Amino acid sequence: MTTQPKPKIVVRDLDFYYGQTRALKNITMDIPEFHVTAFIGPSGCGKSTLIRTFNKIYKIYPHQRASGQIILDGVDILAEDSDLNRLRARVGMVFQQPTPFPMSIYDNIAFGVKLYEKLDRSGMDERVEWALHKAALWDEVKDVLRRSGYSLSGGQQQRLCIARAIAVKPEVLLLDEPASALDPISTARIENLVIELKKDYTIVIVTHNMQQAARISDYTAYMYLGELIEFAGTELIFTRPSRKETEDYITGKFG
Amino acid sequence: MKKAKMELISIQGRRRLMNTLTQAGAMLTVAFGLFWLCWILLTLLRNGLPGMSLKLFTELTPPPGSPGGIANAIVGTFLIVMLATLIGTPVGILAGTYMAEYGQTGWLAPITGFVNDILLSAPSIVLGLFIYEIYVVLVGHFSGIAGSFALGLLVIPVVVRTTENMLKMVPNRLREAAAALGTPQWKIITMITLRASRAGIITGILLAVARISGETAPLLFTALNNMFWSKLTQPTANLPVMIFDYAMSPYKDWHDLAWAGALLITLGVLGLNILARSIFKQKPLGR
Repeated sequence: MTTQPKPKIVVRDLDFYYGQTRALKNITMDIPEFHVTAFIGPSGCGKSTLIRTFNKIYKIYPHQRASGQIILDGVDILAEDSDLNRLRARVGMVFQQPTPFPMSIYDNIAFGVKLYEKLDRSGMDERVEWALHKAALWDEVKDVLRRSGYSLSGGQQQRLCIARAIAVKPEVLLLDEPASALDPISTARIENLVIELKKDYTIVIVTHNMQQAARISDYTAYMYLGELIEFAGTELIFTRPSRKETEDYITGKFG
Repeated sequence: MKKAKMELISIQGRRRLMNTLTQAGAMLTVAFGLFWLCWILLTLLRNGLPGMSLKLFTELTPPPGSPGGIANAIVGTFLIVMLATLIGTPVGILAGTYMAEYGQTGWLAPITGFVNDILLSAPSIVLGLFIYEIYVVLVGHFSGIAGSFALGLLVIPVVVRTTENMLKMVPNRLREAAAALGTPQWKIITMITLRASRAGIITGILLAVARISGETAPLLFTALNNMFWSKLTQPTANLPVMIFDYAMSPYKDWHDLAWAGALLITLGVLGLNILARSIFKQKPLGR
């Protein structure tokens, strides 16, 4: 890496606990702004746990806690006085399983927007259309906006969730295995979308699929047993990894 | 080799026999249950149908020997049950929501759940006596409102349990997705999780209504009965106590009215159950 881009999220000495179990060990890394950063590693390595600390979604469960520092634009979000809901407005998230809300396609998108902005009718229409365009879903749903979000296919539901996350105009987008429950065509759509979106957003993606990481990410982090083994430019990781463990994993020799 | 094959056949034969026996046993049990149910329904139909007439729904409960209907009892039951549902449902939904959404830590939710189970299995006559002691005695007379309080106490635990169970069936990822947008918890609950479990909760309420429509014991000490139209602040006619009174009487025409009332309640409860089932089937969890 010659010129390091500006970091959006700075992680320092991050530990994470599920009750007594230590799931993240001393993670330190810089997530660069307006790039795609991928977390790879075997199941249980802590990549999902790590991404879930960036918007503190783990906070809805008792007995889960993080210690260390996660600095977003210079402010430590792990500090007790930080406002959870404002953080989540800035750091959006899309999960592995599509999770439409029990309401219409339109309202699925408007729901989040209404939390932060008072838009009039046409303003909201515009925002919904904009978000659905961004998520490459508009053409498929423009005539059925009043239909339930559950009426869509799995791939469409996932793009609806992405549109919903984008609609509130976050700065960071966290994607936790967003395509692992989808068919190859839907997956390709989502991957193109991610590449498209990094112009405006800082994107962090967790994936099981190494080809996917290689295709869409600029930086890749390899994790194992709660530790960050290696973090570098994606090309470097996949061609000349500096750690033996990383090489074993990406060449399939692992385990 | 041949011996092994023979053994295999005999094992399969035994399994088939066992399967047939189990199946026969299960079917016999079903038949046993259905037999009594059908007998009850047929008896109700045979004795209740002759009493069915327009007069039943328009005229007051008569003194023995004169013609009449059970209009006041029908309306009374309807009002008492409706008020009881209005009393019990909000309490039940709020408590159930607390237990499912807020009570993950601490001791309050488990204890509430335990007490709720006791209330759920408490003999209904005890609840009637309870309201008699704390309300009827205080006011000085029986009333329809007292009946609604007693029945409301029966509604609460049923609605608490269904609300809690339905909310717990809402997958956590839906809560996570809402929280990830920065949604405050009260809004996650009212806009997302309660909405997703709406069909199940409505089903629970309907089943609670079905359960209290036929309750007699709690009303004996609270609403009592009335031969005339009455406000809910007075003793109020209702189907279960009317059936109880008339069935115990020595008069043939009162017996007929009691049978007709019993048939009405049964059809009503049956209808509510069918409605509840179809609502739940239509939209399980809103997915």
